[in-house]
Amino acid sequence: MRRTLLEGLTQRQLTEAPPAPDDAALAELAASVDRAARRRLGRSLSIRQVDAGSCNGCELEIHALNNAFYDLERFGLRFVASPRHADVLLVTGPVTKNMRQALERTYQATPDPKWVVALGDCAVDGGIFAGSYAVAGGVSAVVPVDLHIRGCPPSPNDILKGLIALLQQVGESAVTP
Amino acid sequence: MPLLTDILAQGRRIEAHRPCPRVVVAADGWSAAASELASGHVTLLGLWGDTGTVHMAVIAQDTNVIAVLSLDCPQQTFPSVGALHPPAIRLERAIHSLFGLKPVGAPDMRPWLDLGFWEVQYPLGARAPAPSAQPAYDFLPVEGESLHRIPVGPVHAGIIEPGHFRFTASGETVVRLEQRLGYVHKGIESLMMGATIERAAKLAARISGDSTVAYGIAFVHAVEAALQVEVPPRARYLRALMAELERLANHFGDIGAICNDASFALMHAHCGILRELALRAAETCFGHRLMMDRVIPGGVAADLSGNGAATLQDLLKVLRQRFPRLVELYDNTASLQDRTAATGIVTAELAQQFGAPGFIGRASGRDFDARKTLAYAPYDELDFVVPVLTAGDVNARVWLRVREVEQSFALIEQLIARLPDGPIATALDGKDIGEGNCEGLGFAEGFRGDVLAAVRLDAGRVARCHLRDPSWLQWPLLEAAIEGNIVADFPLCNKSFNCSYSGHDL
Repeated sequence: MRRTLLEGLTQRQLTEAPPAPDDAALAELAASVDRAARRRLGRSLSIRQVDAGSCNGCELEIHALNNAFYDLERFGLRFVASPRHADVLLVTGPVTKNMRQALERTYQATPDPKWVVALGDCAVDGGIFAGSYAVAGGVSAVVPVDLHIRGCPPSPNDILKGLIALLQQVGESAVTP
Repeated sequence: MPLLTDILAQGRRIEAHRPCPRVVVAADGWSAAASELASGHVTLLGLWGDTGTVHMAVIAQDTNVIAVLSLDCPQQTFPSVGALHPPAIRLERAIHSLFGLKPVGAPDMRPWLDLGFWEVQYPLGARAPAPSAQPAYDFLPVEGESLHRIPVGPVHAGIIEPGHFRFTASGETVVRLEQRLGYVHKGIESLMMGATIERAAKLAARISGDSTVAYGIAFVHAVEAALQVEVPPRARYLRALMAELERLANHFGDIGAICNDASFALMHAHCGILRELALRAAETCFGHRLMMDRVIPGGVAADLSGNGAATLQDLLKVLRQRFPRLVELYDNTASLQDRTAATGIVTAELAQQFGAPGFIGRASGRDFDARKTLAYAPYDELDFVVPVLTAGDVNARVWLRVREVEQSFALIEQLIARLPDGPIATALDGKDIGEGNCEGLGFAEGFRGDVLAAVRLDAGRVARCHLRDPSWLQWPLLEAAIEGNIVADFPLCNKSFNCSYSGHDL
């Protein structure tokens, strides 16, 4: 373990600010998310993720945001365990009828001001699962949505880009309450 | 007691079903098969409903012969399998909730998947309007002094799929865990009815996102068997490459997450890096991090990219350098082993009885891996072993994954070295798919275990498709494994299982 820990200290960190265009975009995102979050909220942004019927693909990519390459927490964005602690609900999946009530209750348990991000193609309108007897529809069919992040699943980079868009939207809604 | 072969001989064989036989049996044949399951001579692979019919897929213990038995249910009833063979109980409850076909003599008739929120009752069967007053769900009673209940979910504390767990604890010790699942039920099987093969393949790829390749392969195996399509060898190899990459990514994620649930974040961080490297390689090679929709009926949608082989070789080099160090770290950290060893034990008897798929079965002595046991192409041409352990605890499930990762390294190496030239897909033209009824059964070994796909095609469309996630036969074992453990070890046990919610709920 000692060797692994020491190497962690001495080796170049994986959270790279590298030359490839994608990574450059990521580094750029890092700065703007940070500035914007502080400007709008004056603090970090707490996110509560809710799977309302997803296939679990979106969850995998949300998880990836926490790995060493994306290191989400350096932006002041962090996932919290309770809706009571959250500013943002990050909702995935078509909302199944079996999850509708749980999603509504989670929304009600989140203190104001709060924003809802619907993540993934299914979260827009039910996607490929639309029309089923067991699906209520997209997230906006159940709770008000501030932003959709598309993709099946969206890549970690796409998710980061979406969070910036959210912050812009947060600014607008603050002007017109 | 009649043997499986006798039961099959007495039934009516359906010629259009491939590659294994499907036989329509009478009620006594059905019950005899249930007895065979209970005796352990055959193992249950799947049990599902159809319009006015129930089907059961089984594999003989000694010969590995697979067969599907069907029973017509003109009275909307069938003799309960679960009455004799507990692994069938939840599958039967689901058949009843979805199709309205009633298992007579079943020990548990509470609804499953149907949580009372649909507007219809029996959505795949009679489709009656749901009764307005739904009775509350009866959790199983627990008796004793000083017991308390801990309800958890459906919304969990992490980035996890939803499900409800009802713990009854005596102090710190779990006396009973009861699961209630179905929250992410999307009605996928109803969406498949009447869908084109292309659309059904996309739905199959989204049943459980972490196993999108495995589901894709199981589904196309069934479709290709039904249509008798020859798949080019290159496509078979590319599918296997994707499957092994998917297995690697998931196993890395799991090994890290299990250690994380024992508060050993260092492993989690390093395994997360390896997982990301595998996903990035997948994107470079096949154009999608999870490789969704890359497996299509007839072949694969995308060839290995120009730099694909080199990317995979580089990936293997890095992984072979870094992974053994992490294994050593796991092995040499006593405080971590203290949490995982002797925790959450699945007995060999239960693993055998349930035909526990994947690493859960293999960590408890069940030597079954669809890649080896069923030897579907190209695994019949590749050198690999199926690791089996016997301890059945969280530690064994970690080690099983470690050993499987090593096998996947070897497999990927062979797949690249022997990758055949040639086309990557056979076109399914209208003539092939347009003629009448045909049926197929397919399997694929995903990272979690074997996925079963049963398909009936009619005039080029999917008349019925059933996909059985390995989790159906794993979730109940988690209830058994946690018994007598402390509540705080549940996340650890649960993660070591990593059952699918979406795959189970469909």
